Amino acid sequence: MSEAKANTAVTKPRPLSPHLVGGPHVFFWRWHLTMLTSIVHRATGMALYFAAFLGAAWALSLASGAEAYGQFMGVMGSPLGKLVLFGLTFSAFYHLANGIRHLAWDSGKGFEPKVADTTGAAALAFGVAATIAVWAIAFMTGAL
Amino acid sequence: MASYRTPLGRARGLGSAKHGVGHFIAQRVSAVALIFLVLWGVDSVLSLSHADYETAVLWLHSPWNAILASLLIGVMSFHMKLGMQVIIEDYIERPITRNVLLILNLFAAWLIGAAGVFSILKVAFGGGAY
Repeated sequence: MSEAKANTAVTKPRPLSPHLVGGPHVFFWRWHLTMLTSIVHRATGMALYFAAFLGAAWALSLASGAEAYGQFMGVMGSPLGKLVLFGLTFSAFYHLANGIRHLAWDSGKGFEPKVADTTGAAALAFGVAATIAVWAIAFMTGAL
Repeated sequence: MASYRTPLGRARGLGSAKHGVGHFIAQRVSAVALIFLVLWGVDSVLSLSHADYETAVLWLHSPWNAILASLLIGVMSFHMKLGMQVIIEDYIERPITRNVLLILNLFAAWLIGAAGVFSILKVAFGGGAY
């Protein structure tokens, strides 16, 4: 690109983000499913960071002896522990499904708005369905 | 003769340094591995959720369980370090805060990986105080 061309571009008005063009305080902004799935992907990713801590803590307690293991399992088996595990189950399944969606995007597929909405809804549905299935199995096998 | 061109001026037009894509590829490749490892992990947590101490120790005495559990915690630490790094780089602008968080993220990932894999191997090799 020539220098002269670059200089003329400076005098043009600054491009505005699409959701700011309605005026100083009028935002053309609404929730989209794809925004939600993107935010939830990051949120569940951060939750799974915590899950890795718990996984390492499980192994560490097991290596430390029966007493430490019993304490760890006691905390995880408490109502709060189960609530955390339930959330982490959803996080794992949703992040997995939406991660596959990201891999498809990386290969250049699935960017059409309708397709992106459908796959996003599918990832959320899979996350919920798989979580319920796993906890139903846990309930039926007496793990709860 | 001394050049008066800036480093940026000299670098312009030469293309990338050829290693910027490493993070991107590492994130994706570890993601593919985790598809299988996480599904195995959920199944394992389910079967171990009501296991007493002896049952859990014996479970880790099985080579494949110890191998896959080590891989799960190791690859997960790697993948989550990359992911959290992007989140920090996206949202934290102040250099000191950003760098401190990036280093903490690195330390946390290695601590989880080391603690997890060492503990798994200790139990797997029969030293689980049992």
